[in-house]
Amino acid sequence: MIEIRNIVKQYGDKRVLDDVSTVIDKGKITSFIGPNGAGKSTLLSIVSRLIPKNSGEIIIDGKPLEKWQSNQLAKKLSILKQSNHLNIKLKIRELVSFGRFPYSNGYLTKEDEIYIDEALDYMQLRDIQNMYLDQLSGGQRQRAFIAMVLAQNTDYILLDEPLNNLDIKHSVEIMKMLRNLVDDLGKSIAIVIHDINFASCYSDHIVALKDGKIVDEGGINRIIHKDLLGQIYDMEFSIADVNNMKLCVYY
Amino acid sequence: MVKKKSIWFLAIFSIVLILLFVFWGLNSSNWRYFLSLRIPKVTALVITGVAIAFSTLLFQTLTNNRILTPSLLGLDSLYMLIQTMVIFILGSTSLILINNKINFFISVGLMLIFSSLLFKGLFKRDRSNIMFFLLFGLILGTFFQSLSTFMQMMMDPNEFLHIQDRMFASFNHINTEILIIAFIIILALVLYSIKYFKLWDVLSLGRDHAINLGLDYHKTIRNMVVIVAILVSVSTALVGPITFLGLLVVNLAREFLNTYEHKYLFIGSSLISIVALLGGQLLIERVFNFSTPISVVINLIGGVYFLYLLLKENGA
Repeated sequence: MIEIRNIVKQYGDKRVLDDVSTVIDKGKITSFIGPNGAGKSTLLSIVSRLIPKNSGEIIIDGKPLEKWQSNQLAKKLSILKQSNHLNIKLKIRELVSFGRFPYSNGYLTKEDEIYIDEALDYMQLRDIQNMYLDQLSGGQRQRAFIAMVLAQNTDYILLDEPLNNLDIKHSVEIMKMLRNLVDDLGKSIAIVIHDINFASCYSDHIVALKDGKIVDEGGINRIIHKDLLGQIYDMEFSIADVNNMKLCVYY
Repeated sequence: MVKKKSIWFLAIFSIVLILLFVFWGLNSSNWRYFLSLRIPKVTALVITGVAIAFSTLLFQTLTNNRILTPSLLGLDSLYMLIQTMVIFILGSTSLILINNKINFFISVGLMLIFSSLLFKGLFKRDRSNIMFFLLFGLILGTFFQSLSTFMQMMMDPNEFLHIQDRMFASFNHINTEILIIAFIIILALVLYSIKYFKLWDVLSLGRDHAINLGLDYHKTIRNMVVIVAILVSVSTALVGPITFLGLLVVNLAREFLNTYEHKYLFIGSSLISIVALLGGQLLIERVFNFSTPISVVINLIGGVYFLYLLLKENGA
């Protein structure tokens, strides 16, 4: 379990996160939704030690973030940010191999190779594993980066807009795969996501943020509600029930 | 493997050049004299080549940018400022200028103090803002340059000739004692660095990925800045400012070897650097009869290549 307690993040006078407290539960998909600038990505970056916080506490499996050794934490928690521009020329397999760095320190063992193969298979990249990243389509690139995170094999996986650059088919595939990771392998996943309908159909728990504060959080039925969503996004919503799933219509 | 083949090819090429450089034109009557001149020169060329290639490679990983060189840290400008100030204040006959050893230690010492202050001051505020660090180095470098130019303007023209001598890298008057010290420092640094090569591979993915994979970013960066600063200071104090060469050789190595691994890039770029320096020096000695310093040739070729790189990156 990751406990987020009273997190404050400030740039100059602007409070990007204002006293945010919540929990990322084990064995669940937790989605963070909200308009641009709500502080969702910042929160994930703070939880994964990419940026420092001004005050508050992050507690991962009972141990404060500061007490974790960075390389130990890398076996526990992984993060993938939304823009992944690389300055070096890499093949897909080489990128995915980097995911094993926390375990192997760059000297890959047979076990590492197995994890790499599995991650490649999972993301259906085996056939093109020797292609260079700059030859790939946006969707293939995104899948390659997710495969790297999979190879890292952590309990917690934080994804900042993983559906960026993906078409509908691949988006659904990724979400299904995340669902499988949680249901079959017991991983815990937190995602920042803009498409509310994906959040509604695939998550266990939704945290809604606006202006650096948590407006509300809870299960699908509580959050996917026309008044609450209307309040967060400042627009009209209607919610439809289709095949037992709640879908938002907002056009 | 293509990588290994290219490296072997480069290694053989540099050994041929080294042998050519040392043994060309020797005969039974002059060998003592020539060898006593050529061996220090060849050693200086080799260690400078390695230092420049290595520092540029590290600097590019550090900044995640393929078209930067460590001259951005302002160390060469500081070196020129030190030399100019010594001549301006104490005159060209002062001990600090004439005694190469004292000059070497003072220059290296000041450059290291400068870079550590730069690093400390800026990383305290924001723990990982590398761009700010570079910008500050750039501004200070320009400031040092203007200050040197200002003093050079007011100087006696005869004194200015001494400065001009030091403005361009030259391998023609190498002091053997300094050479040994520089050799030991650079060899020690390279040996110390080998165990970090894999970490630097991860760092070349960028800051966020590196932290995600468990790298202690701040510590790694600090380590790299220290290594770069020592390499640049030592090579600059040994032969003069020549950092532009690094841009050329590191990018050629990337193109040639097509890899991200520092292990290969370090060896490859060092060898290319040695080939470029030795080849250039041979050209200058045998073809141009010492009429131009080597850094002029290197800056010319480096400049053209830099433009090519900019245009290429622009097109991509």
